[in-house]
Amino acid sequence: MYSVELKQVDKSYDKEHLVVKNVSVTIEPGEFFVLVGPSGCGKSTLLRMIAGLEDITSGSILIDGKIADHLPPSKRELSMVFQNYALYPHMTVEDNITFGLDVKKILKKEKKQKCYEIAEMLGLTDYLKRKPRHLSGGQRQRVALARAIITNSPICLMDEPLSNLDAKLRAHMRSEIRELQRKLGLTLIYVTHDQVEAMTMGDRIMVLNEGMIQQVGKPIDVYNTPVNSFVAKFIGSPPMNLTTGLVDKSSAEITISEQISLPINRLVANNLNSDQVLVGIRPENIKLYEEPSSLDLSFEVTLDHVEILGTETLLKFKWNDNSVWYAKWYGQWDIRVGQTLRLTLDSDSLCIYDGHTEKLLQGPRNIQHQHVQEGIV
Amino acid sequence: MKSATEIQGKSSTRIVTKWKFMYWRSAILYLLPSIILFSVFLFYPLGKTLYLSFFLTDQQGIANVFVGFENYQYILQAESFHKSIKATILFVLYTVPTGIVISLFLALLANEKVKGAGFFRTIYSSTMGVSVAASAVVWLFIFHPSMGILNQLITSIGGTSIDWLLHPDWALVSVAVTTIWMNIGFSFLILLGGLQNIDEHLYESAKISGASYFYQLRRITIPMLSPTLFFVTTVTLINAFQTFGQVDILTQGGPSESTNLIVYSIYREAFVNYQFGTASAQSIFLFLCILIVTILQFKFGERKVHYQ
Repeated sequence: MYSVELKQVDKSYDKEHLVVKNVSVTIEPGEFFVLVGPSGCGKSTLLRMIAGLEDITSGSILIDGKIADHLPPSKRELSMVFQNYALYPHMTVEDNITFGLDVKKILKKEKKQKCYEIAEMLGLTDYLKRKPRHLSGGQRQRVALARAIITNSPICLMDEPLSNLDAKLRAHMRSEIRELQRKLGLTLIYVTHDQVEAMTMGDRIMVLNEGMIQQVGKPIDVYNTPVNSFVAKFIGSPPMNLTTGLVDKSSAEITISEQISLPINRLVANNLNSDQVLVGIRPENIKLYEEPSSLDLSFEVTLDHVEILGTETLLKFKWNDNSVWYAKWYGQWDIRVGQTLRLTLDSDSLCIYDGHTEKLLQGPRNIQHQHVQEGIV
Repeated sequence: MKSATEIQGKSSTRIVTKWKFMYWRSAILYLLPSIILFSVFLFYPLGKTLYLSFFLTDQQGIANVFVGFENYQYILQAESFHKSIKATILFVLYTVPTGIVISLFLALLANEKVKGAGFFRTIYSSTMGVSVAASAVVWLFIFHPSMGILNQLITSIGGTSIDWLLHPDWALVSVAVTTIWMNIGFSFLILLGGLQNIDEHLYESAKISGASYFYQLRRITIPMLSPTLFFVTTVTLINAFQTFGQVDILTQGGPSESTNLIVYSIYREAFVNYQFGTASAQSIFLFLCILIVTILQFKFGERKVHYQ
């Protein structure tokens, strides 16, 4: 098990415009670390820099505590799974799997035995004599995995390995890769644009946007307290609902759409530069208004769209200057499109972001409470 | 009285035949343009050649006396035709492998991601844009016994000058060198295209495995390039058998028939000696040779080819 450490890593292709900016992070030995972000955010570039397929413009990469900036890819003791699998189409599955060992000049017998062990583990024994083109997507994916783990490299890099699979197979391979990583104790660095993969697979995730780290942490922490509005919108499906609110500094209150006012910490309010904030709430924390409480955060909306997903119902509506919002309720609700409902926000679950810098000012207070509740569900 | 099913069966077969006719008619219509072109420039000449090869002709090339296989008998016994076959085979062996190896080498160089690769790609493929006549004339100057740059180079480093095009031992080599130079552009371009089609990730994956450049070349590049190599080999082989222009300009088949390649020999037989019958027999012979070589190539070469 090796650690990977990035220190102020920059990357630029044209010497002007940085595609990766000042990335510093330590990936612990044996950790499943997910790099997630929208396409073009630099996550694949970062992975390729760790692999040694791209040079780093400045900064430094440490593998197992040793500087690896100028090591060739083969000396970094890592393996890699590519998005298109990069299987050699002219070789059989067996030759594909053992390619990494051929280079290392290992005895033929030993090679064969190792190949069979790995094939057994991944359920590929029946396909060893076939060419990759005669395999299904899932089988090709497994060959790529087998090829990566046969070399016993302590670090494994994966670049969107599941994006070519259909939804059902993807869900299956997610758990399979996770189990494999645990069993082999690999340090796995996994790149994806799919926030569901990031949430479900990673020990820790790193959200990237425009080459900069947005947030690093456990998936559940990133989900509950996104540090800025980008992360709030990127993580979670549907994303966190956000809308603008106006701050009255003297009374320390935020007004949304002249309907709702909610208190804000006086210290936070006084430190604000502008009087605009972004108020965010996860869709599952919007409830149906039932009875008046001391703090009335209710508002009336007309539904644009309703989706019943079996276990939950998704409501879509526009509110406060056409911000598109979603509400997610447990169970199957008989609601029609066009119906008017009175909804209320859970005041303890609100995230408040600075209107200018979009940084988190005040996070939700009921995270612990939510943990327990989710446990019951 | 006919039963209902019988009537139905008859009418349905009529519909099927009608439909089949329509199908063939539209198929022929679509094929017509190429059928016409092929007929005028390929099938008719081929048929006429075959026909003429069984006749003695007059000076206008009109068939006079039917002689059966005598023309074939004659050419197979003629010493000059034997010489011509030998020269052609040697020529093919000189030009095809050498040309492909050089083109592959250049394509590998030009496929590297270096500054100015585009410039070299243009230069290497530029011989494709030069006509046979023009390049043959250029090489005529290069091979000139006293003023040619080749001999000047040799004498300047202390060697003795060689009569490139006038010595029977050197003339075929000189024509072969010219031909290789002319063919490089085409082979290079096709091979470069083949190289660029290979997925970059395969090399990245091999790099992570620690494969050296030559290991990657042997295990990835060559197998992945095999369909392209096969195509280039087939085309250059056929081209080599059909060489004419450079022979006509450089040596006119001489000295002492050492560069009298088959197509040039056919030309001389027909349009210098006016022996259209034997010339046609030679043409048919060449046609069969190329056909057999190509069939053999597909039969044995294609096994080693990997198609995606």
